[in-house]
Amino acid sequence: MQPEEKKFDIVEHTGDAGIVAYGVSLKQAFANAAYGMFSLMADLEEVGEDFCRTIEVEAENREELVVAWLNELLYLVDVEGVILKRFDITDLDDDKLKAEVVGAKIDISRHHLKAGIKAATHHTLEIHRHDGYSIRVIFDV
Amino acid sequence: MARWEGPLNKIDDYRWEIPRNYKQGMRVPGLIYAGADMLESIREEQAAEQVANVAFLPGIVGYSMAMPDIHWGYGFPIGGVAATTVEQGVVSPGGVGYDINCGVRLLRTDLREPDVRPRLEQLLTELLHNVPSGLGSTGKIKAGKREIEDMLSDGARWAVRRGFGTEDDLEVTEEHGCLPGADPGKVSPRAKERGSPQAGTLGSGNHFLEIQVVDEIFEPAIARTLGIEEVGQVLLLIHTGSRGLGHQVCDDYVKALRSAMQRYGIQLPDRELACAPIKSSEGQDYLAAMACAANFAWVNRQTITHWAREAFSRGLGRSLRDIGLQMVYDVAHNIAKIERYEVDGRKVDLCVHRKGATRAFPPHHPAVPERYKQVGQPVLVPGDMGRYSYLAVGTEKAMKESFGSVCHGAGRTKSRHAARRAAKDSEVAAALAARGILVRSASRGGLAEEASGAYKDVAEVVEVCHRAGLCRKVVKARPIAVTKG
Repeated sequence: MQPEEKKFDIVEHTGDAGIVAYGVSLKQAFANAAYGMFSLMADLEEVGEDFCRTIEVEAENREELVVAWLNELLYLVDVEGVILKRFDITDLDDDKLKAEVVGAKIDISRHHLKAGIKAATHHTLEIHRHDGYSIRVIFDV
Repeated sequence: MARWEGPLNKIDDYRWEIPRNYKQGMRVPGLIYAGADMLESIREEQAAEQVANVAFLPGIVGYSMAMPDIHWGYGFPIGGVAATTVEQGVVSPGGVGYDINCGVRLLRTDLREPDVRPRLEQLLTELLHNVPSGLGSTGKIKAGKREIEDMLSDGARWAVRRGFGTEDDLEVTEEHGCLPGADPGKVSPRAKERGSPQAGTLGSGNHFLEIQVVDEIFEPAIARTLGIEEVGQVLLLIHTGSRGLGHQVCDDYVKALRSAMQRYGIQLPDRELACAPIKSSEGQDYLAAMACAANFAWVNRQTITHWAREAFSRGLGRSLRDIGLQMVYDVAHNIAKIERYEVDGRKVDLCVHRKGATRAFPPHHPAVPERYKQVGQPVLVPGDMGRYSYLAVGTEKAMKESFGSVCHGAGRTKSRHAARRAAKDSEVAAALAARGILVRSASRGGLAEEASGAYKDVAEVVEVCHRAGLCRKVVKARPIAVTKG
């Protein structure tokens, strides 16, 4: 595996879906986890870049931060009606992160949308350090 | 996922026990309703371990149960039923799920298949047009802050007040479409924000509108009471829940109850089983917020019903008086309810968690609508879109054995990803069309993910419940047109 090339893998799961996201840094792994999640929801190549938002998320620890970060993005999907494709984690601590996220308003005439995701869950959530980092997360679809 | 190798001791042909001594800390044994031929597939994932883990919940009584449509879920298995005492027990958001009051609603018509077949395409187009579905779809209701609060407090009553449907609809909705104890103050502003654009939308995933035809009637007298007269009669089934509002309520309270658990010194084998004592402020807050989300789901199904009626009228060019489309019933299958049962010879208030399980009250139960008193509460069990669904009624045995609960559907056997690999949307649509079933989906991959092959055969699931005495089969219906979210 070459983490700098591959952004994520899909994890098989009955009834639901999961990913393992990779990154040379933890910041990149967080960004790729978001990219992987949105890849389950839409073909990201079709999605433009006319929506931008700076977000801040806090949590009790690093694992909780993964769930809080991804669920914050799902909240944006519902409230702003957007699909996101670019994630720049500007600050990352164990209990908080700041990020710039970029995407576009959903346009059903242009975008090929897949299933929505209800939530990122804590189930078998794992942050693993090897040469780089990997984050495993399962979604409730 | 690893195979589950724990004990499943046979009680009778349809009940399998996980003994209390399987894991130290189980307060009650586990019990899985299944046919012997289902056990192998149940063992293929860790859902049975989840049944054992749920048995650790403080205040749980009887058994930690699972219905034959059991499959793996977060904390609780899907198909899970657990009752805890209100006095000493806990409530767990994981026992309800992210889609609070996900449920199904069945409507009957006065039409027969030949009345709709020639205009089926138009009808499906009208339904898709009138009931927004898929990711990012927003509803036709522009609700302000105040209106959202009213929806959360009043549920389907709000919708009927606003002209979406009739009083008659409420009479045949579980809880009359309004769960008591809802307090919008306990729902976060974020949850309300997520909900406000989504009232009256179907959502995505396995949510659907399905036009069906009665295929077989097992109990003609009961069927007649439920408004179903003969084979060939056209029905409409609606499956959806509380959308982003419910997901946010679950997310908010899993977080809150996880830290509460530490304060109350509750230790459980799975992080996803976050819970709090029912009598604690955290437990009460969750129940008040969950009731709001449940009510929002009833607003959703009630408004969709109204727009589906409009779509039928337009699509078929007939008046509603001609069409019918009266409700048979509406049931929740992801919910926690306070109900009274006899435990060890004493009447006690229990919090019954049904996660992917349906309430199944018997004839003459006070919660059963007057018109169904003689036959019992209708139970709606949808199957996959290529096969059939069932209408059943609750029994006295379910009250004694399963806290008035029964199965809720087919249960997946294949992951969404695997299902997409197995077939393309276009192949699934073509195969169904060849059998006279029209399908449309708002999502790419939506049809492949929901193909029959990804699910257990719901007939086997219902058969186990029927033979175990938890419900009585009344009608089997097959789909002729489906819109998937």
